[in-house]
Amino acid sequence: MNLITLSSPHHTQSTGVNKVMLQVLMALVPGIVALCLFFSPIYLFNLLIGCSTALAVEALILRLRRCPVAFHLRDLSALVTAVLLVISMPPLIPWWITVLAVSCALLLGKHLYGGLGFNPFNPAMVAFALMIVSFPVPMTTLWLAPNSGLDFASALQIVLGQTLLPDGISSATPLDYYKTQVGRLTATEIYQSELFFGIWPAGWIWVSLAYLVGGLFLLYKKVFSWHAPLGLLVGLAVLALIFGLDPDSNTPLHLHLLAGSAIVGAFFIVTDPVSGATSRLGKFIFGFGVGCLAYVIRTWGSYPDAIAFAVLLMNFAAPFIDHYSKPRTYGHSTRHQGYK
Amino acid sequence: MNAFSPAPNTQVWPLIGGVEPKENKQQSNGLSIGYLPLPPFLVLPVNQHIGVAAEPLVAVGDQVLKGQLIASSSGKISACLHAPTSGKVVAIEPRPVPHASGLDSLAIIIEPDQQDQWREQEPWPNWQQRSSEELLARLSESGIVGLGGAGFPTASKLSIDQQIHTLVVNGTECEPYITADDLIMRERAAQILAGVAIMAKLLQVKQVLIGIEDNKPEAIAAMRAALEHYQGPEAVIKTFPTKYPSGGEKQLIWILTGQEVPSGRLPADLGMVCVNVGTAAAVQQCIVDDHPLISRITTLTGQVLAQPRNYELLIGTPIVWLLAQLGVTQAERIIMGGPMMGEPLANPQSPVVKTCNCLLLPTQQELPLPPSASPCIRCGFCDDVCPASLLPQQLYYHARSRNLEGLAQQHLFDCIECGACAYVCPSSIPLVQYYRYGKGEIRQEQQQQAKSERAKVRFENRQARLAQESAEKEAKRKARAEAAAKAQAAKAAGDNSAIDQVIKAAQAKSAAAAATKAEGPDLEALKSAVEQAKNKLMMAEERLAKAEQEMPENAAAFRTARDKFAEKLAKAEANWQKAQQETKT
Repeated sequence: MNLITLSSPHHTQSTGVNKVMLQVLMALVPGIVALCLFFSPIYLFNLLIGCSTALAVEALILRLRRCPVAFHLRDLSALVTAVLLVISMPPLIPWWITVLAVSCALLLGKHLYGGLGFNPFNPAMVAFALMIVSFPVPMTTLWLAPNSGLDFASALQIVLGQTLLPDGISSATPLDYYKTQVGRLTATEIYQSELFFGIWPAGWIWVSLAYLVGGLFLLYKKVFSWHAPLGLLVGLAVLALIFGLDPDSNTPLHLHLLAGSAIVGAFFIVTDPVSGATSRLGKFIFGFGVGCLAYVIRTWGSYPDAIAFAVLLMNFAAPFIDHYSKPRTYGHSTRHQGYK
Repeated sequence: MNAFSPAPNTQVWPLIGGVEPKENKQQSNGLSIGYLPLPPFLVLPVNQHIGVAAEPLVAVGDQVLKGQLIASSSGKISACLHAPTSGKVVAIEPRPVPHASGLDSLAIIIEPDQQDQWREQEPWPNWQQRSSEELLARLSESGIVGLGGAGFPTASKLSIDQQIHTLVVNGTECEPYITADDLIMRERAAQILAGVAIMAKLLQVKQVLIGIEDNKPEAIAAMRAALEHYQGPEAVIKTFPTKYPSGGEKQLIWILTGQEVPSGRLPADLGMVCVNVGTAAAVQQCIVDDHPLISRITTLTGQVLAQPRNYELLIGTPIVWLLAQLGVTQAERIIMGGPMMGEPLANPQSPVVKTCNCLLLPTQQELPLPPSASPCIRCGFCDDVCPASLLPQQLYYHARSRNLEGLAQQHLFDCIECGACAYVCPSSIPLVQYYRYGKGEIRQEQQQQAKSERAKVRFENRQARLAQESAEKEAKRKARAEAAAKAQAAKAAGDNSAIDQVIKAAQAKSAAAAATKAEGPDLEALKSAVEQAKNKLMMAEERLAKAEQEMPENAAAFRTARDKFAEKLAKAEANWQKAQQETKT
């Protein structure tokens, strides 16, 4: 008898990374559906471009790095990055920016550091920040007003660069609009805009709620714990309550939470395990930091939606947070903190 | 218990972390404990426990009786070994044993004479009348070790100096597949509780806590029924939800008492001692029936076997023979223990040892081999299940990069290697293997450091010695040079008296030196020479004994060496005695 000797345990759940990634992709479906319904189905075309680019670039880099291509492609992480990136960008963004963004995400955001599991920054957010700095005009002006009536064919022509953007089609996001108008108009006047439905951000509220449904599904499936998402929402809410109590002078809380990328950020971005903090306490601190920074940049900075920059800044801090947020080990009276 | 006594406190504290793998216990717990015929030979390794190996007391060719002591414990933490049946010692030689190292180890091989004849026994049905010393003496001769899997000698555990108030009895058996303790509790509950009473008396405890997972209702019922007739300090059966690894000693103590064993310490530091139910039954057999540990209950399970079942097996039964009895001649994997922490067996010729609670022979379908590992995505699933609240993924990163300092900082040595992290890992990373590697590296590093520390001290001493010698030489040279210069000067001056003076001084010096020499030889030096020679002779004798056992053809060379050392010792002793007499006279 020749016996196989392998280290214990001999029993595993064998879920596989791709199952985790697949669950994340599934959880993004309601949000994507809402984007298509309330803004434009052009998101589907953008997703197609983004995902094909992701697979091609990932395969190419894996080949160059002499890694088993099929084995790593199967983990679906490149697709998750591409989908997150595409849904964070404006719908009418030219196709080549999508291609460039996804390539940057995988190349500069991930493989430059050693591939999956080794990137200190969230790849999608690296690419988003790079794009918004490099192409500020298309990245901020090519949003659509909800139910703009733009059909798929015209949108496709715009994205492919075959027609110029017709006047009055693109619009600011509600967060951007509120921020630029808040000094001049009262809250009641701002809410008169077509971007709002009562006091709620038209269209965006449904997108946010759809993301919330997906996020709660992942929470139920225990893909991540509640700490990072709650951290972000609490961080954002606390500052919004302190500084934004008067809707005539500052963006109010409900718009901070529902009009921008706060929900998708809370459930799909700060929950990225690779670039976030490790322990549960660390995850909460990480999310809380992202929420606070997002509020600071949104209110006093020049970017109307600031989740990407907030996440990148907190990515820097993640290893530091890890050193001060270790859980107390069994049999130790205190938590170990710090570097020594 | 009368109606007015307060209800026993059955509070439990929930396990931190943990996983719920498929239990797979129903395959083997349906049948009662089975027995097998006597094997053709028995292989009894002298080290089946934690601690120092036992020393063989028998020689090849000796006849032994069932229960006869064949190897005695040596040192404080060690266990005796007994013949599981009557027969003849046919060999004492290294044999394959179930050990992670895969190395052979010294074993006594007995060929049964099929008489199964007991040595003289002295049962103590009224053990209560015996003193603690008598009980402990019998226990330390019994060869009992922790039967839950760790193999710590029980007598050493029970003869502890610290004040113990609680005896924790472990009937958890949280590993999937294993049902040995389940069956012992169902069939031998009274025995277990008698063993518990004996240990409670030895340790002078105030309370006994019995912990059983709620997936063993029959065992719980049997233990509850037996508790009616139990006589001893207050005993409480606590049941709690089935979750792996509730049965780890530290985890069980937390579940039953809400207290944590401090890092790097023992339960005794909390005033507790934890024993397995199988061990308790063995203690009863040893004290009451004068029946040393020569057999144990082992679960034989896995889909390779036609009928998984628990058997009472003689220690030393060759596993390959055992499997053949059950109709198994081919197997891919044999796991000694459960699927979570069991050791893979490298050689089927290995025997059943005292710590072998389960032999698991899984098929590929039921326990597939792990797929290749993907990169860690830091998902944190492992953090959630770690029963020690460690951060397994951080440990993995540090182990991977051989960052020993980082490993120590992350409390690597608080890891109990339960495997819950690797069980949930979506990337199929063999995490526990990394932790074992890390622990090994750190231990090696510490040994290296201690060694280099000793070397440093030796080096510094040598440097100091050399410096002193050269300083002395330099001083002598200077003195000679001065004397020569003086002589030269005197000669030049033609002053003979000066030369005389110098010569006289030199003569006086040599006379003084001679006087010190005549004061007698250095007794201390001679004495230490004798000691050294003695040591060397002893070592040579040891080597000779080993050689005679292991390679008799080379024994002659070792004998010559031994004789030479003996001669040297005689010489050294003669020198010393002579010197002593000289000093006396």
